[in-house]
Amino acid sequence: MTGEVILKVEDLYKRFPAGRPGIWSGTEAFVHAVDGVGFELAKGEVLALAGESGCGKSTLALTLMGLETPTNGRVTFHGEDVTHLNGKALKAYRRRIQMVFQDPYESLNPLMTIEDLVAEPLVVHGIDPDAASRRRRVLTALSDAGLKPPESFMRRYPHELSGGQRQRVVIAGALVLDPDVLLADEPVSMLDVSIRAEILNLLWELCETRGIAVLLITHDLATSAYLADRVAVMYLGRIVEIGSTLDVLEKPAHPYTQALLSVVPVPNPRRRKERVILQGAPPNAIHIPAGCRFHPRCPKVFDRCAEIDPVLQEVAPGHQAACLLNC
Amino acid sequence: MSDRSDVVMQVNHLHIDYVNPEQVRLHAVEDVSFQLRSGKMLGLVGESGCGKTTLALALMRLLPAAGRIVGGEVIFHGRDLLDLSEREMERVRWQEIAIVFQGAMNALNPVMTVGRQIAEAIRAHNPLFTAEQTRQRVAELFDLVGIAPERADQYPFQFSGGMRQRVMIAMSLACSPSILVADEPTTALDVMIQAQILELLEALRDRLGLAVVLVTHDLGVVAELCDDVLVMYGGVTAEYASVDRLYNHPAHPYTRSLLAAFPNLANLADRLSSIPGYPPRLDDLPPGCRFAPRCPQAFERCWQEQPHLRQVERGHAASCFLVEGA
Repeated sequence: MTGEVILKVEDLYKRFPAGRPGIWSGTEAFVHAVDGVGFELAKGEVLALAGESGCGKSTLALTLMGLETPTNGRVTFHGEDVTHLNGKALKAYRRRIQMVFQDPYESLNPLMTIEDLVAEPLVVHGIDPDAASRRRRVLTALSDAGLKPPESFMRRYPHELSGGQRQRVVIAGALVLDPDVLLADEPVSMLDVSIRAEILNLLWELCETRGIAVLLITHDLATSAYLADRVAVMYLGRIVEIGSTLDVLEKPAHPYTQALLSVVPVPNPRRRKERVILQGAPPNAIHIPAGCRFHPRCPKVFDRCAEIDPVLQEVAPGHQAACLLNC
Repeated sequence: MSDRSDVVMQVNHLHIDYVNPEQVRLHAVEDVSFQLRSGKMLGLVGESGCGKTTLALALMRLLPAAGRIVGGEVIFHGRDLLDLSEREMERVRWQEIAIVFQGAMNALNPVMTVGRQIAEAIRAHNPLFTAEQTRQRVAELFDLVGIAPERADQYPFQFSGGMRQRVMIAMSLACSPSILVADEPTTALDVMIQAQILELLEALRDRLGLAVVLVTHDLGVVAELCDDVLVMYGGVTAEYASVDRLYNHPAHPYTRSLLAAFPNLANLADRLSSIPGYPPRLDDLPPGCRFAPRCPQAFERCWQEQPHLRQVERGHAASCFLVEGA
């Protein structure tokens, strides 16, 4: 990590109330969706956030977008505290941080032309009210997103485009505002394998040429390996391992990361390997297990794991893991 | 792929058309042949729209109304399934060949307990079963797929995606079929849940000696699990080989491109490449080889005629002019 830090998250918590407390029950229950997360994102960097469904990756993204208010913690953007923004300031912040959603088949309004779809963020933010210059901006965004020649797409409707082209339209809609950060929530999981690489390479180009920082949210470690500079592995609302992509993938220090890596299919039948299949699903985030939150599913569990909640500790320079085995 | 003794199904030169409202015939599957062996898994691979699901449904004669099987044969226990009457076919379906449908997690009835839904499948094919026998069979099936028997009284919304997929697999096994067709059984599931379901399919194949057809676009899954692979492109067989041959000596440029587009954690240094362009539309097939417009090695002849399947070596065939006929 060399560049200037754009986004900094410190000890972020997001709880959702889980049902109203009964008259007699006394304590209120909460879903601990994000439970103490901290990381930094630098200019032009790709950070992958990996984990199973329900580990809190998407809640974290929504909180960063200001779509959910954090229960606790701090988010700073270019050194400014943006944790509790509202009104105009929130709108101005959102212009700098844009989201690319998972499903390009559902995130585009079928009744709008590509031009209107990509121009809408400009309308919302009141940028360039002049029709001609707005059109120019839309054309540039489409061509930056790899839809060439952009003129041929302007009057078309989403149903006329393939899945890969639609995802490019979604990316163009984010690019048109010239953001500093893209939050990409599973940007390729709905696409065919043959076109995934195109979209990943496009995101990579945007980081290289425009210095956009990308937070890539995914459950697929293989995808993140191709794009990300660093990988953070989340389990039950907390980052359990973070480090450079090569370090995390080649020398995973947390048993959860090791298990996740062992089940990534390898496209070579001669390399069939021992899979560490964790049984069941992650426990429910209302009752987080005492001690290490991963201990009930951990293949390497020992007696102290049920008592001590490990914190992130350095296992190598720039590589941290939260596991008692590394202490 | 040479051992004939354990072949349970032999599909020869199957042709399937779709008839559109203007009565134009679209060739969805052309001249596809393969065999299924008991205790083995065949991977049916290709991009969306290449005819995988059409082919899978045709094995059970469950094509949508516009679909027509126009040629070929599906030999099962010495009989051609395409010659059977609808009544006879009903006995084959589910009893002999069962299918786990795509998007199965959403195929369960939300207002019926999962136990009753499985019982329904058992009863439909064994009308003489008593309530007690049915209950026992449901418990057996739950045990087979790793669900606690007391969960039979729960509703689908109480199950996670992976558990619902297990329910669908239990239902498909209700009548002890010898062939199981699984159409994208792990799409939309998390990696860890995907690994659990694949482990289950593997265990069932070995324990029950099932012949499994795994329809998927995930080459990694095929490499981990399958014995044979059929790669389809635009409705035709691009390549058909054992899993080891296909991954280590791919003969068709399409197979090679697909492999290069697939992320491989063991080989991070390689840059991921994509296949430019899109698969052909059925109503707009190119005149020659269907892959020619996207093929990095296409030459003149490829634009004029469709190459037939050529043998690369015993048990390995590809439809490409670059393959020297053996």
